[in-house]
Order: sequence, then structure tokens, then C-alpha cells
Amino acid sequence: MTAPTMDASPLNAAEAPQTVGTKRRGYWSTVWDRLRRDPVTIGCATIILVILLAAIFAPLIAPHDPYKTSMLKRLAPVGSENFLLGTDELGRDMLSRLIYGGRVSLFTAIAPVLGALLIGGTLGVLAGFLGGRVNMIIMRMMDVLYAFPSILLAIAISGALGSGIGNAVISLTLIFTPPICRVAETVTTQVRNLDFVQAARATPASTGRILRVHILGNVLGPILIYASSLVSVSIIVASGLSFLGLGVSPPEADWGLMLNTLRQSIYVAPLNAALPGVMIFITGFCFNLMSDGLRSAMDVKL
Amino acid sequence: MLLYVINRLLYTIPIAVGVSIICFALVHIGPGDPLSTLLPEDAPQDVVDRLKAEYGLDKPLVIQYVLWLGKALTGDFGISIVTSRSVLGEVLPALVNSLILAIGGSIVGFFVGTLLGGLAGYFHGRPADRIFTGIAITGVSVPHYWLAIVLVIIFAVELPWLPSLGMNMSGSTEFSFSIENFRHMVLPVIALSVIPAGIVTRTVRGAVAELLNQEFVEALRAKGMSEGRIVRHVAKNAAPQVLAVMGLQMGYLLGGSILIETVFAWPGTGLLLNNAIFSRDIPLLQGTILVLALIFVALNLLVDVAQVTLDPRIKR
Repeated sequence: MTAPTMDASPLNAAEAPQTVGTKRRGYWSTVWDRLRRDPVTIGCATIILVILLAAIFAPLIAPHDPYKTSMLKRLAPVGSENFLLGTDELGRDMLSRLIYGGRVSLFTAIAPVLGALLIGGTLGVLAGFLGGRVNMIIMRMMDVLYAFPSILLAIAISGALGSGIGNAVISLTLIFTPPICRVAETVTTQVRNLDFVQAARATPASTGRILRVHILGNVLGPILIYASSLVSVSIIVASGLSFLGLGVSPPEADWGLMLNTLRQSIYVAPLNAALPGVMIFITGFCFNLMSDGLRSAMDVKL
Repeated sequence: MLLYVINRLLYTIPIAVGVSIICFALVHIGPGDPLSTLLPEDAPQDVVDRLKAEYGLDKPLVIQYVLWLGKALTGDFGISIVTSRSVLGEVLPALVNSLILAIGGSIVGFFVGTLLGGLAGYFHGRPADRIFTGIAITGVSVPHYWLAIVLVIIFAVELPWLPSLGMNMSGSTEFSFSIENFRHMVLPVIALSVIPAGIVTRTVRGAVAELLNQEFVEALRAKGMSEGRIVRHVAKNAAPQVLAVMGLQMGYLLGGSILIETVFAWPGTGLLLNNAIFSRDIPLLQGTILVLALIFVALNLLVDVAQVTLDPRIKR
């Protein structure tokens, strides 16, 4: 049975993660050494950290109230006095709204990947470890979800459930579960068949212990790295849902929704209208590069 | 070969059934009664009951599903609540318009991706590789709906070269091969092509770099074959994998076109879905998604079979 219906990811899970199996003493210090010599990854991680911290401490950092409207100061251009990044169509400070907007945008991008990691990761490891009929049932269910283009499925579910952050997170969790499950299943099957696991099985070690120590210890790394690469897809799709009006409702600040409401103003203030998208792009781009860097630092082949 | 095709066909049946179950379930996961959009809130109970019976909503879910599927198989996806026209009659013309964009985006993405990826793979590890790989990562990280807006700002607002929305000036939703239609296509096609271009670049780069490392290339070089002919050998070997990726990307473009079609008000399935969602026209939503998903399933099947035909080594 071939099923090369991988989602929009350049993943080739067929290669065995042999290097993962040889986790030796000092593995993490080797990884850290490699990371330190990789300015791109460090740079991206720093940018993500700054955006995250700005979102968390938004009330302390934001220069203005993000909800305070002013009919007189509508669409002030970028760089105006008092409003560094201008104002939006209702005269609200863009910089403050972008900082606050990170809260919802990052949450709706990261929460679904974590949810999918929990559900898809568990199902995938179980399918790989138990094999046989359990594997078949779990993986065929995933195949059905895979039969939809992912954005379509997210929009279909969000559309049927109605707009809202909770519903957006549910629908996104559902579309990220199958790819994570498939990766988890592949790596677990490979690790399960390695000699040291077979050897552990010959000893009186319990199944739970084998699963915990020998399997999880070796598959978590690749699964986590794959999940981190999905965050860059997630922020684009999540902001897309809210761009369509399926996420938060106004006046809440969110990058996707801001992009939508400012779209009417492209003739008057094109730069302001493009700004929220820049934030989505920077976040996605940095997550992409960071996950690539982590992958090579941890020497994981996916 | 024939056995593989038959096997693959049989495997498609349970998948298609699963897809139809999900589409059917869409009606029932939503808040409120499926009839709530049709009826005023204070509708008398006997009217509600009569309508329920008419739509078959009083029967058990399994029976409802079977009845719905039976109708869907004959092309009857129900009636759009908002326009009162048949769902299929709404979906088919929109599908043609979406396909035009998806094919355009795939072609542009394929050529750009093959060029960049081929060069990156050929110059593997050198500065050119880094530049082209960087472009590819930018392509897959860029929110394409934002890029669409930026393109409109540049080429329709600042430089009034191209139209910013619609399919033509008259507002007709029927595509014809005219200069005007092509001018309207340019920006949406470019916006759609970035993601496939990025993904094809990565695929081609990986495939070319790997192939150039293989012994047969070494042997060809040792034989004194010209670089141009070696490239042709490599291209032939990389083609099946790249075509498969591209085929799936076309499916994603078709299914994910809602954002781009919304930005450009392009009258395709995406815009149809958008309208269906916000007017809570559930039959239309369900029908559009079912049609798009089934096309995607068929495309997957086609890609698999084509790949095995082109490269029998893949068959497992």
C-alpha cells in the first residue's frame, strides 16, 4: 500500500533515524555546541522569543491602548509622531495592536500543534509500537483525514462550527493530527525493530518500561522537531481563518483579522495595511528556519 | 502493474466513504438545528415537524446518511438554502473557475520551482544553493493571502497596471479566453504559485543533489559524457517524484483557494464556500467540500498510478 499523500511538508520519513538510536553521553552538549555555531538558528530563536515576550507582556510594553479609537487620527501614516507604526482604520495605534495581536495569533498557531502533538503523537506511537490491527485502524482513520486538502478541512470544520478562537483551535488540531501521527508511527516502527529494543524485550523489562525508556526516549526528538516545523504552517492557516472572519471577532486584535479589516484602506494607507502580514510572515519564516536548524543540530533525519 | 492499479482503486473506496461521512457530519457538528437558518425562531412546532419530515431530519442519523449518500451518488447534493438553486448547479461553474486558477498557479509554481531547485541541487552546498533555498523557505513561509494584498497594492494601486479584483469588467462569472480575463488572472495566479514554487524547489533540490551523488552519474562523467546530457539523465530520474509533488500541490491549490479567491473576489469554489459559511448555507457548504475532497482523492489516485507507471521501482 503506498500512501505518499504527505501534507505540504518536504518530509521523507522513509529514512531510518539511526543516528537517533545512538544517543550517547553528552548528546545534548553536542547539540548545544552545534547550535551555538549556527547564527541563523540562534537569530530566529531570538526573534521568536522577542515576539513571544512582547505578546505576553503586552500591557507593559504597548505604548497605547489597543482598543482606543479616534475618528480624528484615522490611518495616520507609518512613522507619525506619537504613532510609530501609524494608526488603523478606526484610529487605533498599530504598534499596540500588533503587540496585542500576537497574543491571539501565537496562541491559535501554537495551541493546535501542541494538541495535535498530544493526540497524533500518542496515536502514532501506539500504532507503531503495537503494530498489527491497531496500527491498521489508526492509520486508515488518518488516511481519511489526509484525503482533504488541509486548509479546506480546517475551513470546513471552522465554518460548520462557527467563528471563534476555540473552534479555530479545534479545527486546526484536527488537521495537524494526521501528519504528526504518521511521522510518530514511522519513527516508532523503525525504533521498535532496532536490535536494542529486541534485546530489551528478551529481558524481564515490562512493556511499559520498554515503551517509556527505549521507545519514547528515541522517538520524541524527531516528533518534536517535526511538530515545530508545523508551527510555521499553523500560523499561516490560523491567521488565514481569522482573515476570513472565522477567528476572533472585532474589536479584538489579531494579525489575520487586522489584515482583513485594513484591506479596505489599501488605497489610503498601503503600508499600514501590509504590516500585520509582515508579522505573520516573520513568525512563520523564523519558525521554519529554527526548526531546520534544530533538525540538523540534533542530527535528525525526517 | 494492473494488479497495483486495481489494489489502489479498491483502497480508494473506504477513503471516499470516510470522506463522505465527514462531509455528512459537518451538518451535525454545527450549533443549532440544520433548519434554524430556514425558519424564523418563533415558527410553530407543527411547521418545524413537517419540514423536518420533508428533509428527512426526523430519521436516525444512519438512515439520514444513507439517504443523503444515495442522492449524492446520483449528483443530487440538495438545494442551496440561499439561492434556492441546485448545489451542483452552483458548484460546477465555480469549479471551472477555480481549476483555471489552480492550473495556472501549478504551472508557474512548477517552472519556477524546477528552475530554482535544479540550480540549488546542482550547486549543492555552494552560495547559489543557499540563496535559492532561502527563496524556497520564503515561499513556503509567506502568507499567500497577504502576498495577494501586497501584489494588489503594488500592481493595482501604486502602479495601475493590472485589475485588482473580479474576473472581468462586466461581472460575468463565465471564463473565456480573452486578454481581459488573462489580465485579471495574473495577480491571483502569482499569489497562488508561491507555495508550490517553494515546495517544488525543495523537492527538486533534494532529488537532484541526491542523484548527482549516485554512482551512475560518476560512471557517466568517467565515460566523458557532456554536462548537458548528464543533466538530462538526472532530470529523467527526478521527474516522477517532482510530478507527484506537483500533482498534490494542484489539489492543495484547488482546495485552499478560498483565501486568494476572497482577496480577488474570483468567482470560484473558494468564494462559494466563503458565502456558504457566512450565510450558513449548510447544503452548499457540504456539497462544495464533498466535490473538492473527492477531486483530491481522485487526484491522489492518479498521482500514485502515474508515479508507478513512470518509475516501477516505487511499487511496494
